[in-house]
Amino acid sequence: MKRVSLVVALAAATVVSVSSADAQTLKTVKDRGMLSCGVSQGLPGFSSPDDKGNWTGLDVDVCRAIAAAIFDDPSKVKFVPLSAKDRFTALQSGEIDVLSRNTTWTLSRDTSLGVNFAGISYYDGQGFMAKKALKVNSALELNGASICVQTGTTNEQNVADYFKGNNMKYEVIAFANADEAVKAYETGRCDVFTSDVSQLYAQRLKLATPADHIVLPEVISKEPLGPLVRHGDDQWFDIVKWTLFGLINAEELGVTQKNVDEMAKSDKPELKRVFGTDGNLGEQLGLTKDWVARIIKATGNYGESFERNVGSGSKLEIARGLNKLWNKGGIMYAPPIR
Amino acid sequence: MAIDARPPPPQFVAKLRRALGGRSGWKGLIAQVLFVAVLCWIGYEIVDNARDNLANQRIASGFGFMSQTAGFGVSQTLIPYQESDSYTRVFLVGLVNTLLVSAVGIVIATVIGFMVALGRLSPNWLISRIAGGYVEIVRNLPLLFQILFWYLAVLGTLPAPRQSVSLLDSFFLSNRGIVVPRPVGEAGLDGFLVAVLIAVTAAIALPLYARRRLFATGKPMRVWPVVIGLLIGLPLVAVAIFGRPFSFEVPVLRGFNFAGGSRLPPEFVALTLALSTYTAAFIAEVVRAGILSVHKGQMEAGASLGLSRGQTLRLIVIPQALRVILPPLTNQYLNLTKNSSLAVAIGYPDLFSVFAGTTLSQTGQAIEVIAITMGVYLLISLVTSALMSLYAWRINRSMGA
Repeated sequence: MKRVSLVVALAAATVVSVSSADAQTLKTVKDRGMLSCGVSQGLPGFSSPDDKGNWTGLDVDVCRAIAAAIFDDPSKVKFVPLSAKDRFTALQSGEIDVLSRNTTWTLSRDTSLGVNFAGISYYDGQGFMAKKALKVNSALELNGASICVQTGTTNEQNVADYFKGNNMKYEVIAFANADEAVKAYETGRCDVFTSDVSQLYAQRLKLATPADHIVLPEVISKEPLGPLVRHGDDQWFDIVKWTLFGLINAEELGVTQKNVDEMAKSDKPELKRVFGTDGNLGEQLGLTKDWVARIIKATGNYGESFERNVGSGSKLEIARGLNKLWNKGGIMYAPPIR
Repeated sequence: MAIDARPPPPQFVAKLRRALGGRSGWKGLIAQVLFVAVLCWIGYEIVDNARDNLANQRIASGFGFMSQTAGFGVSQTLIPYQESDSYTRVFLVGLVNTLLVSAVGIVIATVIGFMVALGRLSPNWLISRIAGGYVEIVRNLPLLFQILFWYLAVLGTLPAPRQSVSLLDSFFLSNRGIVVPRPVGEAGLDGFLVAVLIAVTAAIALPLYARRRLFATGKPMRVWPVVIGLLIGLPLVAVAIFGRPFSFEVPVLRGFNFAGGSRLPPEFVALTLALSTYTAAFIAEVVRAGILSVHKGQMEAGASLGLSRGQTLRLIVIPQALRVILPPLTNQYLNLTKNSSLAVAIGYPDLFSVFAGTTLSQTGQAIEVIAITMGVYLLISLVTSALMSLYAWRINRSMGA
């Protein structure tokens, strides 16, 4: 881990200098025949490899959708597992083309890291997980608690803000990756583990007896998660952005993995634009006319991906909540394809 | 058959070697100056290029971030620190933690290392096999594994604070570490400290005096009973005169954790244990090699003088062995210091963890942060090896070498 981050940092020093002026990520990706996508080191529901080494998850589907839009083949992705603290450097240095790794969109990250956030794929918030035996029912009862957290995340600063704001004392133990933090929580080194709520549910599945742990009701921050790209390549930025919007728009239009071929033949003007039978919106992006069809065939629409990976079709069983579409009571909203 | 004379090296090779400074001379000097100039130019180009490109990509650069508010907590700080302090403060906190764990680790590793080496050379079959087994096992297991072993398998299995093992209801052992009563200064503190100072000074000066007297007059002097008497007696006298120097703040379990008292966090304990036992195995081999490098006649000579095995080792063999031991020992000290950066795996807030880890990822300024971190590790290494060289120089001088 330590070595990796050093190598990455040194790569930043040298590779940055090589690839900075290069604003042709799409061409690079096409020449390589492979999309290089940064994901987490294993977070069920978002990005984790199964026993055959196939990556699945909500973040992974974004990568697959981009690959499908470019190559018409969702398997042409090289997944690069990154720790929280190595992820930005890997993107800056050109090691990966897109970072799709439950990363919170903040102003300072958007402005000082040389990256652009391409949208929000999951609206999350930070919470706490505690052992039931502790008999704690609210985060406000955590005065004096030891807290395990993953280093290099927004979670670390949110905890500081929250405890200071509520005039409570705490002791934070920061680990380089989430698995180590959870392990320390499980052995009892910490009273609580803090992370984005979705991650708490995902990590709880990895514990020996998930039923002995509860997620406290308080959500102490906004954590909008989404994919991001290097600054300075607007075309590539557009492709990633609109791939995500394509997934969300498809759900809104009722286009699913099953009915996509049928819908593509539709006469509705809206669908004709989306499927490229009218106009050349896809080509304006630098892709093909049928880019949306390619994406949906590969991964299904946003809703399908959500249910399959984190929702009712998965072990996590997270409710859609805020992540419902805007016209169904949530805030998931994508600009129109027209 | 006559042995063929080796042909002389071609003329231009010899010339080239001279030009590159193989022989001292003006040409060699010029080549070296040119070489350094080229190096500087390449270095400048790299820095300049990186800066331009960072600016093009709108990645913030420069060291301005060092004065920004850190905004995150650190679990163990020797110097005062709070979330509203700057990244510079975080850097210092991490540096102090690294230095602490390295210094403590080096001392313990040296002690264990010497003991294991002597054990391995011991004529006692059992002791030498135990020491040998220790070296082979510890040396051949990855350090990260050992750190995690101590942290998760040993300290992690200790009971929770509410069920902690306690001694006299004042010392507590739990998975939150070791909590002991904390001394709080009282009226008699000043007198007590002065007494301790005098006792310690005397305890250092007396053996030196005894040694000088031994060399001058040949009369040995038993020093240690006097020294122990001084170290215990003087402070006791001070307490009798000035009154109680300390009272103890006893830790109490309150809420989730202990309040009051001093605490040794498990991260520190695990890291120190792992680093010192691991490095000790290497030091043991270094010391063993050093002792074996001294001719066994020296041992026999000591025996024939009527010295005990311990005395022979201490007075005759080890001083000679040190000349061989010191350079590789320095390496082991440096390794230990650098290996302390593995702390990041168990959440000990060392320099690498809080600065090259958290600070780096929060500011995103990889190049600056890594440059500072590399510089600091380099500096620590250089200082360590300078101190060790100084010590080696003194040893060599005292032996007339």
